[in-house]
Amino acid sequence: MPQITYVQPDGTRRSIAVNPGATVMLTAVANGVEGIVAECGGAAMCATCHIYLDEASQPFVPPVSEVENEMLESAAAGRRENSRLGCQIAMPAGVDEIIVHVPTHQV
Amino acid sequence: MTTAATIERLESDAPSTDYDPYANEVLDDPYPHYEMLRELGPVFYLTKYKAYGIARHAEIDHVLRDPATFCSSAGVGLANFHTDTPWRKPSIILEVDPPMHARTRKVMGGLLSPASINRMRTMFEREAEELVDRVLAKGHFDAVTDLCEAYPLRVFADAVGIPREGREKYLLPYGDMVFNAFGPVNERFKSCLAKAQEGAIDWIAEVCRRENLTPDGLGMQLYKAADEGLLEPEEAPMLVRTMLSAGLDTTVFTLCNAMLSFSRFPDQWDLVHANPSMSRQALEEVLRYESTFHSFYRTTTHEVEVAGVPMPAEQKVCVLIGSANRDPRRWGETADKFDVTRKAAGNLAFGTGIHGCAGQMIARLEGEIVLAALGRRVKRIYLEGKPVIHYNNSVRGYTSMPVRVDAA
Repeated sequence: MPQITYVQPDGTRRSIAVNPGATVMLTAVANGVEGIVAECGGAAMCATCHIYLDEASQPFVPPVSEVENEMLESAAAGRRENSRLGCQIAMPAGVDEIIVHVPTHQV
Repeated sequence: MTTAATIERLESDAPSTDYDPYANEVLDDPYPHYEMLRELGPVFYLTKYKAYGIARHAEIDHVLRDPATFCSSAGVGLANFHTDTPWRKPSIILEVDPPMHARTRKVMGGLLSPASINRMRTMFEREAEELVDRVLAKGHFDAVTDLCEAYPLRVFADAVGIPREGREKYLLPYGDMVFNAFGPVNERFKSCLAKAQEGAIDWIAEVCRRENLTPDGLGMQLYKAADEGLLEPEEAPMLVRTMLSAGLDTTVFTLCNAMLSFSRFPDQWDLVHANPSMSRQALEEVLRYESTFHSFYRTTTHEVEVAGVPMPAEQKVCVLIGSANRDPRRWGETADKFDVTRKAAGNLAFGTGIHGCAGQMIARLEGEIVLAALGRRVKRIYLEGKPVIHYNNSVRGYTSMPVRVDAA
């Protein structure tokens, strides 16, 4: 079954089995993954589901949308090249794993 | 816009109830009623208002994420703008659908984004410290007038950039009228409208004018967006008005609900006082447990089935977010417990989807800062008299709440 792997700042990894279409944010919240807050519930309004997308996963995920790009300016932890909003990343069909790095803080 | 007449349903496939969301005794304590509604089924029919209703988290989340089916252009109160004359010109951000919605939303969203509003943190924090100085000096005070109204009337209205004169008199009655309009056109709404016509409506129009706004406030930024062609010229003052309608009464009542919850549950205040850095998380639980905004409407644009229940087109659907936030299907067995250690993020106090409250981040900022300032310096909050409820068709708060605070 496909999975999303969350890597914490201290290196701890946790993988969660998901169906295609599951978002990085909702999966984290539903499974109690630390460090993803999602104050706005997935409406691309709060930038508190900020993650850094692993290089290995870049090819599988559509590029940053305009709305996402604007919201990422509000990310509390520094914005990097690979910054994304977890609520905007859904598990693509046919992909085994998406890896995301959780930032140190969201607010 | 269609010209289809509102289809009156005398019978429907959903269980019926003569529940009245707007009765005083319901507004006194809606929660037992919400449990009844959730148990009726995922969708029910309000016979008194000829509208469908949804009270569980999952279905409400679904409806709010499908604006094409559940539209806002027919109004977000009971009146159907496709068939009845709106009581005022529809809001160009709230009561519109895509694609028009995206344009105004983009401007407001940018203005109220976390990056944009974080610039106000220092000012908000300074005002909160002064507010706490004042209430500690008093000891006994009315939490509503001296804290919950005073703070947003100062910081949010300053952030928008309107003149200070007249705020206490006119701002809150104006928002009160707007929120009453999310329900039926009942006596409560009519008397509120009459009161607002005694000066509030004119005053709001005046203070929204460009020449009356401070040069770097949120209001002026809307005019600058119009200068850049992102808005039509006449849209700028309308959106300033929207911010003032939507952003004051709500934050006032959220602070009221916070003060009440922490005075009723001092063990929860102990946690915040011991660790004021959890104030943001605590505020989120206030929003969930005692939501400010309780219900509004959407209108079906075509026949649709929700949880197996068919609904025709042009039907009003009452979305009871105040109930969703107590739904044990989402929040577990302790849904009815006020618990600041809970992770309450993902609640529906601000709605969700494309019309999710555009001001939610500034609302959270105000709440977090006030609770943190109180948390650092107030050991306990005591209720010293019965709080007086402010009755409104869609928002819950108070007009008076005598309290006493003990300094840390």
